[in-house]
Amino acid sequence: MDRRTVFNGRLLPVMLLLPQLLLTFFFFYWPAGEAVWSSLITQDAFGQGWVFVGVDNFVDLFTDPLYLDSIVRTVLFCVAVSVLSMGIALGLAVFADRSISGRGVYRTLLIWPYAIAPAMSAVLFLFVLNPRVGLLGRWLNHHGVAWDYTLNGAQAMLMVVSASAWKQVSYNFIFFLAGLQSIPRAVTEAARMDGAKGWHRFLTITFPLLAPTTFFLVVVNVVYAAFDTFGAIYALTQGGPGKDTETLVIKVFRDGVINQDIGSSSAQSVVLMAGVIAITAVQFRFMGRRTVS
Amino acid sequence: MRERPDFLAHGVLILGVLLFALPVWLVFAGSTQDSDAITRGELSLVPHLSNLSVYARVLTTRTMGTEPVWHMLLISFGMALAVAFGKIVISILSAYAVVFFRFPFRQVAFWLIFVTLMLPVEVRIIPTYAVMADFGLINTFTGLWVPLIASATATLLFRQVFTAIPDELVEAARIDGAGPLRFLWDIVLPVSGANIAALFVILFVLGWNQYLWPLLVATNQGLDTIVIGIVKMIGQETQTDWSAVMATTVLALLPPVLVVVLMQRWFVAGLTEGEK
Repeated sequence: MDRRTVFNGRLLPVMLLLPQLLLTFFFFYWPAGEAVWSSLITQDAFGQGWVFVGVDNFVDLFTDPLYLDSIVRTVLFCVAVSVLSMGIALGLAVFADRSISGRGVYRTLLIWPYAIAPAMSAVLFLFVLNPRVGLLGRWLNHHGVAWDYTLNGAQAMLMVVSASAWKQVSYNFIFFLAGLQSIPRAVTEAARMDGAKGWHRFLTITFPLLAPTTFFLVVVNVVYAAFDTFGAIYALTQGGPGKDTETLVIKVFRDGVINQDIGSSSAQSVVLMAGVIAITAVQFRFMGRRTVS
Repeated sequence: MRERPDFLAHGVLILGVLLFALPVWLVFAGSTQDSDAITRGELSLVPHLSNLSVYARVLTTRTMGTEPVWHMLLISFGMALAVAFGKIVISILSAYAVVFFRFPFRQVAFWLIFVTLMLPVEVRIIPTYAVMADFGLINTFTGLWVPLIASATATLLFRQVFTAIPDELVEAARIDGAGPLRFLWDIVLPVSGANIAALFVILFVLGWNQYLWPLLVATNQGLDTIVIGIVKMIGQETQTDWSAVMATTVLALLPPVLVVVLMQRWFVAGLTEGEK
């Protein structure tokens, strides 16, 4: 792992490292430390003084039914987004892996949505599914379906799940396709000669061989759904109607930035950090090093 | 022995392509239609190609109280390029130091960077805002990109790439009397070209697509990115100039999509390569 030949010098490497270390300190460690500290104290109403309250903010948080609801909602949201986007991506990848004409074109036309921001995905969905101007949304209402995600919580959830999953399909598609292409043809050919039928061959040979890719994507998709979908949800529903689409990140934003409740939002930040650390630890435990942003 | 075309595969893939293309086509078609008609619920998939002037209108004038689109695109371009180049430069420098030098606390420095992999910006919104305020970076262009360029993932990637450079190359360079900076510039950067290109695509898209961060640190309308601007536009439910919003949406999608499509080869290889 370590190389034999290196350059001499002490000052130069430190200078090279300095920009990254300074930024890391000021924008990662300091805020993280501040979040932990703020979560352990409470400030008086005028921000003049503070009292150390230990884990009180956390106790408040975990006895607050609204927070617990938000946790459950976030978990369901993550599962729905991951299953939907990975399922569609895997289906497309399996067919894009076949030797058919125009594969390259199909691939490009399925990869470009990688470039779409979650917030932009929400905007596109609005034009399709808004009950008043959206093409499909209006059609639904004309045909006896009372579709209005600005009033109906379940429909709102369906909407933010779809918009978030839609944008993520191409990322998953790229990885599933790469995974499929790395499976030796000899293996699938051998299964074919043994008489395994298409669907059966997929379940018993292909899918198990894709397990590392699948596991990696589960982690990436859960992190994506938990954090990166802020823009999609905020643009479509702002967490509403009521709190029906309020995930944990939306709640931190609402409590901290809009309602200025520093104690609670800091405690929420610390809980989220713990969550990310747990997910990362699981990933490293089972996968070894991964280097994708 | 030629088999018949795989109709099932073509069918499924065409459905997939349409799933992504249709919404964008709808928005393009809508951008050329009359806003009042769209408000009345008459949005259709047929564009009126004589109305493409809406693009000139949104690019140069303020529609719906936002900055003109050229200005928001400029902010987005600036932010995306600054994030991409900033991350690449400081990550190359720090990975180079960790791989090609031996100095005290080398491993400590590496781990300090590495641990931040676990702290996405979304989980430390509030305290980071406080730090930004201390530095006077709220509502500045610098504030939009500088805090985003620290990157554990890019550093890890370059560390992996640099570690694979054979020792013989380093020895040869030293015999030729090349110093560390010369070696970095003449050898290391050229051989990492494909990785840099791939990372550029990923980071450009990442920078372009930021939403929460600019929402938080730049409330000044002059610093609105195009993504922020569009979400503001659709937030106003009454009197929406739909064709302007849709034209703006098309213009916001074009740059990152072009970058991904044009650099697809490097991008796909780079994205999945780290996976081995």
